[in-house]
Amino acid sequence: MSEHAVITHPGNHEPTAFTQAQLEWLPWLPPLPEDELTERHYAGLVDAARAKSPYFRLLARDPDTLGARTRTDKDIFYNPDAGLPRAERELSATATSRANGCIYCASVHARFASHFSHREADVQRLLDEGVGADLGPRWNAIVEASVALTATPTALDGAHIERLRAEGLDDFAISDALHGAAFFNWANRLMLSLGEPQQAAAAT
Amino acid sequence: MSQANPSSLPGHTLPDVIDLLVGIEPGDHLDTLRRHRLQARTHAQESYRALFVPTAPAPGAVTLAERLAVAAFVAGLHQQPDAAAFYAAALVAQDAGAGLAQAIAAEVSRGAAQGPYGHYPAGPLSRENTAGPVYAVGEAQRTVLGARLSAGLAHAHLQTFRPRDASPEALQALLDAGWSATDIVILSQLVAFLSFQIRVVVGLRALAAHPASPTPLSPRTAEAQP
Repeated sequence: MSEHAVITHPGNHEPTAFTQAQLEWLPWLPPLPEDELTERHYAGLVDAARAKSPYFRLLARDPDTLGARTRTDKDIFYNPDAGLPRAERELSATATSRANGCIYCASVHARFASHFSHREADVQRLLDEGVGADLGPRWNAIVEASVALTATPTALDGAHIERLRAEGLDDFAISDALHGAAFFNWANRLMLSLGEPQQAAAAT
Repeated sequence: MSQANPSSLPGHTLPDVIDLLVGIEPGDHLDTLRRHRLQARTHAQESYRALFVPTAPAPGAVTLAERLAVAAFVAGLHQQPDAAAFYAAALVAQDAGAGLAQAIAAEVSRGAAQGPYGHYPAGPLSRENTAGPVYAVGEAQRTVLGARLSAGLAHAHLQTFRPRDASPEALQALLDAGWSATDIVILSQLVAFLSFQIRVVVGLRALAAHPASPTPLSPRTAEAQP
C-alpha cells in the first residue's frame, strides 16, 4: 500500500441523490492497518469497535485529534440533559450536510432524525427538495439557522436567533442547534474530502 | 495578543480559545451554557490543543508554522475578525512568521469567496451545481510560502468553500507536494476543526447579542456563586 498514491475506486457507483438508505464509505488514503493500532490509536478511536471502520482508522493517523473530535461530537448529540430534543439536533446535522453536499453524512443523520422524530416524510423532503423545503415553522427555523451558520463567511444573524426563540427554543436548545450545525461543518469536510460514498449492496 | 500565542504557553495554562474569542468570562451566561455541555467544551479545546500543541511524539510532519499559516488563512476566509486576528498573531510570533503572515493576508484577499459551492456526481443533483472560484496561491506569495504550503492552502480553500468538489486528484496534488497521508489527515482536521470552532464563536456571539429578556442575566448571579 503506497504512501505516495491515492486509492481510487473506479468500479464504485457513487450515490447521485440524497437518501436515507445505508451507505458505505471508501477512503482515498490508506487507513492504518488494524494490526498496527497502538493504545494511543485506540484511545483516539474511543470505541474499540470503530477499529473496523476505514474512516476512523484513517483519521486515527492523528489519534489525539480524532479522540477529541469524537468526544465533542458525542456530547453535542447524545447528552440528554435538557436542551434541544435529539431529533432536532439530528435535524441541524442533516440540514448542514444537505447544504454542504455531504450525501454520506446526510444519509446517517437523516435516518437518526427520522427515527427520533417519526417524521420520515418531512426528513425525506429536506433531502429531496433541499434546505428550502417547508417543514413547518419550528423545523424551518432550525434548518434556516443551521444553513446560515454553514455559509462561508457565516450568515447567521439576530433574526435567526429570534425565530428560534419564537418557536419555543430556550438558550440551551438554541446552543444545541448551533453546535449541531457547527459540528457538521467539521464532520462534512472530513467525510467529503478524504473519500467517497458507496451504495450498499442492493437490498433483497 | 502575545498571551494568545499557543507556542509560548505550556499546555496547562492554554486559555480556552472559544471563550477567548467570544469574550466569555467565568460565570457569564454563555459560560453556564457551555458548561452545560462540559465534554463538548473540554474536547473542543482538546482538539485545538491536539492540532496546535500536539503531544510528542506528534504524528506526521506538519510544522507549527504550517499549521498556523493554514489556520490564519482559513480564519481569514471566514471573515470572523477575532479568530482571524488570533491565528494571524500566533503566526507572526513564529520564526519568519511575519513574512508568512503577510503572504497569508494577501492570499486571504485573493481567496475571498462565498460558500458552499461546487459540483455533485452527475445525476439529479446536477441542477444544484454551483460555480465558484478555483483557487491557487499567487506567484508572488508562492515564493514566500513554498510549493508544499501553497498546495496545502489550495486544498484548504477547496475544503473551506467547496468541500463537495473534493477528489482523489486533489489529495494526489498534496502527496505530490510532499504531504504524507498522515500529514493530509492533519491538514484536513485543521481546516475542518476551524470550520467548527469559528462557527461556535459566531453562534455564541449571536446568541449573546440577542438575549431572551430585555436584561441579560445579572452579573450578581456570577458573584453569588462560591
